[in-house]
Order: sequence, then structure tokens, then C-alpha cells
Amino acid sequence: MSAGQAGSAGTMHFTLKIWRQKSAKDAGRFVSYEVSGVSPDMSFLEMLDLLNEGLIAKGDEAVAFDHDCREGICGMCSLVINGQAHGPDKNTTACQLYMRRFQSGDTITVEPFRARAFPALRDLAVDRSAFDRIMAAGGFISTNTGSAPEANSVPVPKPKADAAMDAATCIGCGACVAACPNAAAMLFVAAKVSHMALLPQGQPERERRVLAMRKAMDAEGFGNCSNEYECEAACPKGISVSNIARLNREYARAALFFADHAESGKS
Amino acid sequence: MTLDAKVPSGPIEKKWDKHRFDMKLVNPANKRKYDILVVGTGLAGSSAAASLAQLGYNVKVFCLQDSPRRAHSIAAQGGINAAKNYPNDGDSVWRLFYDTVKGGDFRSREANVYRLAQISSSIIDQCVALGVPFAREYGGLLANRSFGGAQVSRTFYARGQTGQQLLLGAYSALIRQVGLGKIQMFTRREMLDLVVADGAARGIICRNLVTGELEAYSGHAVLLCTGGYGNMFYLSTNAAASNVTATWRAYKRGAYFANPCFTQIHPTCIPVTGEHQSKLTLMSESLRNDGRVWVPKKKGDTRAPESIPEAERDYYLERKYPSFGNLVPRDVASRNAKQVIDEGRGVGTTKLAVYLDFADAIRRMGENAIREKYGNLFDMYEHITNENPYKTPMRIYPAVHYTMGGLWVDYNLMTTIPGLFCLGEANFSDHGSNRLGASALMQGLADGYFIIPYTLGGYLSQGPLPKVGTDHPAFRQSENDARGRIDKILAVGGKHSPASFHKRLGAIMWDYCGMSRSETGLRKALVEIPKLRDEFWKGVSVPGGGEEFNQTLERAGRVADFLEFSELVVKDALERRESCGGHFREESQTPDNEAKRDDANFSHVAAWRYQGAGAEPELCKEPLEFEHVHLAQRSYV
Repeated sequence: MSAGQAGSAGTMHFTLKIWRQKSAKDAGRFVSYEVSGVSPDMSFLEMLDLLNEGLIAKGDEAVAFDHDCREGICGMCSLVINGQAHGPDKNTTACQLYMRRFQSGDTITVEPFRARAFPALRDLAVDRSAFDRIMAAGGFISTNTGSAPEANSVPVPKPKADAAMDAATCIGCGACVAACPNAAAMLFVAAKVSHMALLPQGQPERERRVLAMRKAMDAEGFGNCSNEYECEAACPKGISVSNIARLNREYARAALFFADHAESGKS
Repeated sequence: MTLDAKVPSGPIEKKWDKHRFDMKLVNPANKRKYDILVVGTGLAGSSAAASLAQLGYNVKVFCLQDSPRRAHSIAAQGGINAAKNYPNDGDSVWRLFYDTVKGGDFRSREANVYRLAQISSSIIDQCVALGVPFAREYGGLLANRSFGGAQVSRTFYARGQTGQQLLLGAYSALIRQVGLGKIQMFTRREMLDLVVADGAARGIICRNLVTGELEAYSGHAVLLCTGGYGNMFYLSTNAAASNVTATWRAYKRGAYFANPCFTQIHPTCIPVTGEHQSKLTLMSESLRNDGRVWVPKKKGDTRAPESIPEAERDYYLERKYPSFGNLVPRDVASRNAKQVIDEGRGVGTTKLAVYLDFADAIRRMGENAIREKYGNLFDMYEHITNENPYKTPMRIYPAVHYTMGGLWVDYNLMTTIPGLFCLGEANFSDHGSNRLGASALMQGLADGYFIIPYTLGGYLSQGPLPKVGTDHPAFRQSENDARGRIDKILAVGGKHSPASFHKRLGAIMWDYCGMSRSETGLRKALVEIPKLRDEFWKGVSVPGGGEEFNQTLERAGRVADFLEFSELVVKDALERRESCGGHFREESQTPDNEAKRDDANFSHVAAWRYQGAGAEPELCKEPLEFEHVHLAQRSYV
């Protein structure tokens, strides 16, 4: 099928092998498409737009894929490109991957993030609500609106604040899960646990948080960590695996000394 | 209907306190008897939902994305203003109030803006307590930087990801209430209509974007926190799914739409590279703290920026506005960029760009200091343009970024439909005709954390609301209307994608209702928009059905609404025969090409009332009075 669009300035051409699946109930399969007229300045998603424009004009159903901000911060895009979550560039979401990265004539395989805890929805879109449920279990500091002390009353050493910020930049996209051979969510959970464990504001719930989030993570059907470091390599925000080490320390400490906090449960 | 803003009496600094005392309260035990529907999970929606659930209300929350954490507030970069005066540089509630009213070019409601400035400090306290990792100084206290339209440093920030961190803070508060069972979260839902029963907003109709089913939800009040409509221009810094549908549907059910022509063009965005482009990316205004804006003095100068000597560069903002320099407000910076480009002094291959140059700052502070402040923005720039901004100046161009217009709300953030509230960018209230940088985050969180928890109670305590369930005829009516629109779109069976119409609408709006507007151009747009709308309804192609995951159908519905709404925007722009803030009418400018207001005739909010399909909307005016900030021609010289 050709889906090139007249008037577009690009001259690159690609063969795309795209995962198509009508719904969770249907079986999926790869379908090949030819797309031409691609400009090197197009983002990967704009290249998919071009393909879809051609399909829609012919009355064929467009390829479904999640996307929103298209500037690498919302975490909505979730493609595995040539076997890599978010594609070949380091520290880059699929929406910030540009076609200049590929050679005209390449065949590119596009699949959804695959994991037991991320059920398929349609084509390249999956359901990542498991992440929200892990967050609901403990990914917060329980401060009701209005009760906060004056912002500068609690100084935070700059290195700690910076390390907390490094962890807090997680966009919750799930690439770490898609890249992990065990489909573990350790990097995602570790980023949140680290962010809050590093700050004085996070101390009162420090033990309860890590126990509750780990428990929720296991309940969602994510796998275990076997130190492959694939999560760090795929993370578009460069979240370090050292956060997983911190998560493990936090968990061991809480489980050994504060086991009763696990069930003290909801605040 | 006359518009009553319900601004409390008394001195401005006492109004909010007095109002909070005068409003009746809902007994804590009674709050759990109320169901509140919150649409949208950006800063306004998330903070409102969390705060209301904490008070005991039952809250149902709806969002388009697969998680509430993805709303487009996440993309805000530079910072959030607050009148903390930590730098000891002369800030105060009064100064933030003054700067915001002046920055908005005297088209906002004084009492609202004063309240916003008053609340600003508490927002920072709340965010820090929730674990927002703001930038800090070595002593462990909070750091500040400057933004446009202010001569003090009052902007708090978390690198270039302030919106992300504030939203994740509000999201964490929301998701905690989900875990506690006080919030029911509905993701991948799009609100397609409002239900007004017995004169009050009592529910919404949503499309489940996974199954395609229409779903009805009833409640005692509805909060629209659905963001702005900048995507009407096709190319904007908004997220792909940002749209006007929820507020447009509310307008058609009786909510007035205020100042729709007040749209903000942000001066520092990455320039367009070609036809294929689906969105524009902002480079935060905070970069103007250290970056210097310039173009060559000579027209058509094609030399590389490094080979243009200092004496042949025009740092036009520093030259024209010595006291604010590169930190003039957005509307002024955008208009000046357009002006130098129109003179033939634009740079880059398209000539539609100006330079934002960090060479001096890097020399002064070192590359590492710049990386620490703006690293993620520089990386983003390099990803997109394939150029290294540490070595060569950024090329920037103005792009549609924010919409000051929105549903008209009174002091309580209630629209003209009782029980329908509107928060954040979706309402019109605080920014007049130009929003200052770092004020959107402030307003979204002020509305959600600190205003609606009081004013919603004030509404609900006024008296019992009749019992209205989803079996009420008004629900059937709204649901049938929504279904009818979907069926109509699917029945067209044309040959052109929804995006192709969206792109053409964007071109009309940018050309005739963008950075500069004239009577001739606007009249032309009023001819072209209905023509394009007709073509859409004859030629749009939406493969697939309504009862399934269908992104083409979602897009078509949003484009259909933009095709109606944009006409109201143009009418509003035509009606406002003055320049103010981001609304620049070519017929109304000073000898120096600055926006020239006409206070005698246009010192009002223009609120539009829907009068039925095919009928002209009625223009209602809320007069604006300026008792505290003296009306004057804005000057940043």
C-alpha cells in the first residue's frame, strides 16, 4: 500500500511492519505498509500521521497509537521501534525521534509496549492503568490542601533536592517495563520511592509508601528485577538504575524494621 | 441577561476574606451526600478534585488520556509566580496584582487578579509539602528567576519541567483520594455534552474512547477544567488532543463564552520546518533571562550568526525597551519579532525566525551553569533542530500557546449556568488580553486548590437541589444530541481526513486572526470558515465505526467543533475595534506600532450568548472598572 501524500517535501521512503489488532479480544498480526514522501525533519509520529492520512483518504482504518504532547513529557507515546522501546535514540521518546535517524529504504518494525500488566487495546495502544493503581497505593505525600507549612520553613540540601528532581522526572511511559525481559516495573516504582524518600516531606510515610507500592506492583502482575539494566537503557528521561538500589534498600529497611506499616494501610 | 460578576463589596484586599466568611458552609457530614463531576485533570482539575475529595465530597473525574497524569499542564516549562518576596527585591501582593493587571493590558477583573496574587504564596507552600522538587539554593531554600513583564524575581521553578512537577504533585494528591475511594477516576473518556436539568448543570455525557459507548453521569455540580482552545490554529504548542469541545458544548447549553479572540502567541518557539509539521514546541520564556534576542541589522543577511560582528547585530528588544529588555511581555516580544521579520531581517532557511543567543551568558557563567538551568530545553532544541544551542544561537519564532478567552465566570468561578463551574485556562478570568509568563500554573492551582473548595460550598449551601438521575429527560436529550453528531460524521463518507480540514482552518485563523488582525482580513475569514465547514460536512472521511476505539472519529468531532467555534472567535475579534494585549488590530496602533487601547469603548469583557443554530449570538458586556491600577498606555520602555 502506498500512503505518500502529494505536496509533502520529503523524499525518504520506508517499509513499515506495523502491529495491527482490532481489540483486546482479536488476534493481532503484522501488516506491511509502504510510506514515501517522508522528510528527515519529520518526527516518527509525524511519519505515522502521513501513513494514516493516506489510509483515511482511501477509506481504510488508521493505525491507532497513543500520543499527546509530542514534546517528550506527557508519557503517552508507547511504541517499540525495531525492537527498542521508543526506538534507537538514547534519552528520547518516540515523539522526539526524527526520521533523519533512519536511512531511506529501511524496513521499520513498529509494535506496542508488551507486558502482561499492559493489556492490548487496539493496534499500538495499550492499557497502562496498572501504573495509576501502584501510585494510588502509596505514591504520594498525605498533605491536605491548606495544611502546608511555609515553604521555606524546611530547608532541603541542594544535592538532595537535585537527586529527588532527577528521579521525579519520570514520565510514567512504561518503556522500562516494555524493555525488561521480565516486564518488571521496578524503575518506575523506584523513581517515585526515591523522589519522596530523598525529601524531608516524604519521611513520615517513607516505610508505608515503599511497602504499599511494592505490594501493588506485584499484585498487578509485573515481573521481578534480574539486573538486566534494560530499563535504564530504554528510559527516555535517563532515570538511573541506582534508584532501584535505593528502592531495594528502602524496602529491606521497611520490611525488617517496620513490617507493621504495610498493613497500617490507607492514611 | 445582565452579567453579575458577584464581586464582593469592600476594599479590594478584604474582599476574599469577607466573601469566605459570608458564604454559607456545607456541614462536613453533608458533603458526602454531594456528587461532583470534574472534567479534565490538568493543574486546575487535579487540584480541585483532590481538594474537594479531602473535604468529603464524592468526586468523579474524567480525562481524555490513559492517565490523569498526562494532561497538558505537564508540558509547562518555565515556572510559577508567587509574591513571596524571598529575593528581597521589592515584590508584594500589590506588585504581583499590578503587574498582572498591566500585563493583561487592563482587560481583566481587578478583584479576581488581586485574589490570585493573595493566594499565590499558599500555592508554593502546598506544592512543597506535596514533594514538588523546586530548584533550591545551596542553603537549602527555594530559588527564584525572572519572567516577562516583571522587574522582580518571583518565579519558582523545577528546571525546565515546572508544569510536570506541579502536575505530578496535584496528581499524587488526586490519586491518593482514588486509593481512599473518595474519587472515582474515569480515563479515556471525552465529554461530548453537558446536561442541564431544571435550570442547573446536573451531568455530562461522555464517550468511552475504548469501547465507543456513550455514558451518562449525574451530579450536583460540574467543573469544567478542560484547558484552552489554541489547537484551533492547527499548529500550536498544545497537545494533539487539546480541544474546545467541552466548553463549546457548554456554550450551546447556555454558558456565555468570554473574549474568545484573546489568544496568546508565544514569542519563543522552535520555527516551523515544513508542511508535515503537526505541532510546535515551546522554548520556555525563562530562557530570556539569559538569552539575548537579535537579528542582523542588514536585510537579507545570509551569513552564519557567528560571522556577524557585534556592531552589525540589532538586539531590538534591548534597544527599544531598555528597562525590561529581553523580558518584555509575550505579546510585545512576539509583535516585535514579526515586525523585524516583515522588514526582511529574519534568519534561518525559511527567514521566519530570530536568534536567541546564549553566547554572552555562557561566557559569563560557564556552560555548566547554563546546562543546570536549562539543560532539558537545550536537549529538546537539539533533538528537533539537529543544532547545538551551546555553540550556535537558537532560532525562534512566535507560535500559538495559550488562550486567555474562555467560559465567562463570576467571582465564584461559576458560569452563567448555575452549578457549572469553569477553572484554569478554560475560563476567561484573570489574564485579560495577555497572560504573563508563569501565571498560568499559578491560576490553575489557585482555582483548584484554594478557590473552588470555598465557592462550590457557597453554591451547594444555597438550598436543596432536586433529585436528578440519569433517567431525567434532559439526559436523554443530551445523549441523543451527542449520538446524532457522531452518526452524522460517520455518514458523510467523504475522501478527506479530519486533519486536512483542521490544517486548512488553522491557515485561515493564522492568516486573518493571528498575530495581527484587520477588518478586511477578519471579514474574509467570516466567508471562508463557513465554506470550509460545508466542505467538511460533505467531504470528511472517517473509516471505522462509532462503537470502537476510533481516533479518526475523535479527531473529526473536535475539528467539527473548531469549525463552529472559530467563527465566534473571528466575530469577537471584529467586534473589538481596538488593540489590546495579544489582540492587535492593525487599525488601532500607536506611532511606535504598539497596541492602542480604546478604553472609552472597549473597557469591557465581551461575553457571547448562544441563541440557537443559525442565529447570531448575542453580545453581552461586563464593564471593567479600574479603581486600583490606573488605566494607562502600557509602557515597557
